[in-house]
Amino acid sequence: MSRGSREPTDDRLLIAHEKTQEQQEMPLSIAHPRPAGARSSSLIAVAGNPNCGKTTLFNALTGLRHKVGNYPGVTVEKREGAVAGDPALKLLDLPGTYSLSARSPDEQIAQDVLLGRLADTPRPDAVLIVVDAANLERNLYLASQVLELGIPAVIACNMMDLLEAAGHKLDIAGLSKRLHAPVIPTKGNRGEGVAELKAALRKVCAANLPQARQRAWTMSESIEREARDIAAAITASGFTEPQGAEGAALLLLSEGQVPPENHLPAAVRKSLTAALSRLQADPDMDISLEVTAGRYAWLGEVVDACLRRSTQRTHAFTDRLDGIFTHRIWGLLSFAAMMGLLFYSIFVLAVPLMNVIESGVQWTQTAIQTRMAAGPLRELLAEGIVPGVGNVIVFFPQICILFLFIGLLEDTGYMARAAFLMDRIMSRVGLHGKSFIPLLSSHACAIPGIMATRVIENPKDRLVTILVAPLMSCSARLPVYTVLIAACLPSAAWVKAVTLLAMYMLGITMALTMATVFKKTLLRGPTPAFIMELPPYRMPHLSAVLHVMWDRSKIFLTRAGTVILAITVLLWAGMHFPRSSERQARYETQRQQIRAATGSETGEQIDNLNKQEASEQLQNSYAGRFGRLLEPATRPLGYDWKIGIGLISSFAAREVFVSTMGIVYSVGDTEEDSAPLRERMREARWPDGRRIFTPLVAVGLMVFYVLACQCVSTIAIVRRETNGWRWPLFMFGYMTALAYTGALLVYQIGSALGLG
Amino acid sequence: MAKDTLDSLQAGERGRIVALTGTPELRRRLMEMGLIPGTLLRVVRFAPLGDPIDVEVRGYHLSLRKQEARQVLISNPQHPQE
Repeated sequence: MSRGSREPTDDRLLIAHEKTQEQQEMPLSIAHPRPAGARSSSLIAVAGNPNCGKTTLFNALTGLRHKVGNYPGVTVEKREGAVAGDPALKLLDLPGTYSLSARSPDEQIAQDVLLGRLADTPRPDAVLIVVDAANLERNLYLASQVLELGIPAVIACNMMDLLEAAGHKLDIAGLSKRLHAPVIPTKGNRGEGVAELKAALRKVCAANLPQARQRAWTMSESIEREARDIAAAITASGFTEPQGAEGAALLLLSEGQVPPENHLPAAVRKSLTAALSRLQADPDMDISLEVTAGRYAWLGEVVDACLRRSTQRTHAFTDRLDGIFTHRIWGLLSFAAMMGLLFYSIFVLAVPLMNVIESGVQWTQTAIQTRMAAGPLRELLAEGIVPGVGNVIVFFPQICILFLFIGLLEDTGYMARAAFLMDRIMSRVGLHGKSFIPLLSSHACAIPGIMATRVIENPKDRLVTILVAPLMSCSARLPVYTVLIAACLPSAAWVKAVTLLAMYMLGITMALTMATVFKKTLLRGPTPAFIMELPPYRMPHLSAVLHVMWDRSKIFLTRAGTVILAITVLLWAGMHFPRSSERQARYETQRQQIRAATGSETGEQIDNLNKQEASEQLQNSYAGRFGRLLEPATRPLGYDWKIGIGLISSFAAREVFVSTMGIVYSVGDTEEDSAPLRERMREARWPDGRRIFTPLVAVGLMVFYVLACQCVSTIAIVRRETNGWRWPLFMFGYMTALAYTGALLVYQIGSALGLG
Repeated sequence: MAKDTLDSLQAGERGRIVALTGTPELRRRLMEMGLIPGTLLRVVRFAPLGDPIDVEVRGYHLSLRKQEARQVLISNPQHPQE
């Protein structure tokens, strides 16, 4: 092996053999960690099962000061922070996993980080493994896999309070001896044990002794032999510390196949391939079974030796609650109540806050109008940017409440029960119980709903959920429904209620239908396995939940806001250009005539004249011309060019339809339920005298809004969550096609039946 | 000893795992969650709509669809000691 490395003077880097093409693409971080003396800070990865209280401990250690981002190329949350009071100790929170064998993106990331395979994340200097004391065997499964990687480790034995409350006794020292790692009992939710944990971390990082842990359990000789061979190849290539070579070998073996990416040194890859073909040649050989069963057998002995169980059930409280929440009758009722509460908070509780923001937006608008000099910039701000962006920001309270609610449901453990209850329905359309909450949340706004799909492991199912989420009638459609129903349908209350309900049902039905279609065609795949833990119920941590809520809601503001801003400016420009000085002169003359006649600067006549000018300006603007260009397409749906403009402008944000209607029908900036707009719409007529806004047209238009993808923010978020433009554009395409077809069918069939 | 599958157990019944069938993916996943041949488990209840099943194993609750439960071969089904 020749000695060559990228930094010639640093002989702590790996010894490179003849660099093949493969190897030259290996990330630099495949290297030994720096000795403690040489480094200024230590990177500590935090691993553990989901629901073991890892996040609570992480927050306790960092004092809630952490940074949230994404691992590159995947939508897995990356959380980092320094230990409060000890900035040299940097924590990296890994996604909660049950095992290190890579299955979902979460597990792959955890494995990659611990093995130092991520290009921009250095290999951790130490690892903090959080285990749930009340659920030891399964938690120790992951812990033992991590320990076998040879990284200096500290184990936090969390949730000791649950254990003690049930009268069980855990021999910490014995556990520590058997696992060859310091074990610190903690009660994360009470902050107990945190100081000791910090001390242990400090000590382990300072000493930087990779633990030489003898694996205390064995498998059949053939696997042991292959594992040793692969381990030798790993050590030789410097892929891990020598102490961790066997652990890494076992991980690779138990996956049963060679990983597709080029993250392994060539020699290791070769060794693994050979080993697998040798082992799999024997039909009775079950590698996964041997590895897993061997490990659990040993862990069973460890737990038996260290845990003195009392006769009480550890999770009695959870069992009692589940007697209600998953009960055949009470379970469904309480679920309905929970969902009702969610909707109530979004649609009712959010309103005062939304009103405050709306007033703020309006105040800003007025302030700009009165204080800025007249001109295109003022118009752009006051009529374009402020209302355009303001329309989006108005929804911020709803988004926050939604995320808060979801955060609480997750933290308490109820979310799993919701998925459990709804899985039957979801699996009928080829989806997963975990799809339910994202789809339900999309009734408030598809954006947090789509972001919530991160809990779905299978990428195809996640994608299908994302694609159909916008079909759920979101809160932005409500103003459109309200205006159209009020303007065009008979005023009986029951008619309004039924129509509104029908629109919501249409959305839900189409979503489930399209999900089935997608699962059968484009995104064909087996109905996913629904293996999900039902974790014990816990008191939620309000401060942590609020923190997460803020992290997630912020994304809504920044990302969606920037795109909306851009599109609003474009739309505004489209609606206000080109200018015509001839027209301006013409109207000014008329205004002067009125002023001379009435003796005043303002007044109803002047107002109407201004609005007329605005309407004519609109008709001749780019947007207006575009609307008229589209008329051949919109006529079969029963729409004129004005509605056409309304439709186009709505593609930025649905509620914009109402303001656009206000402008085109020569009324000033309008509220959804302002009388003049309703009347104007009722009076609008075609050249031949027929009414434009008949009930049939209104219903068809609503159907269009149910099915169309008219939200730039949604497209922006889908682009982010799917890492590309393909799926957002597809979503836009299929929904537009659905909307057009639906509205067309409604209008044409309705007209044929004489309903129009 | 009759070899039933997990989905044939009634609520409250216990059994011991004999073997796991199904795809390698599914088997590995179930085994890593602790469902190894020889492990004891108990069906707690079925979801209100009939599916999935709440199973207690190694001290925690796992939710499985009947379709997946069918891949878990059980022996010694025991009725609740009531």
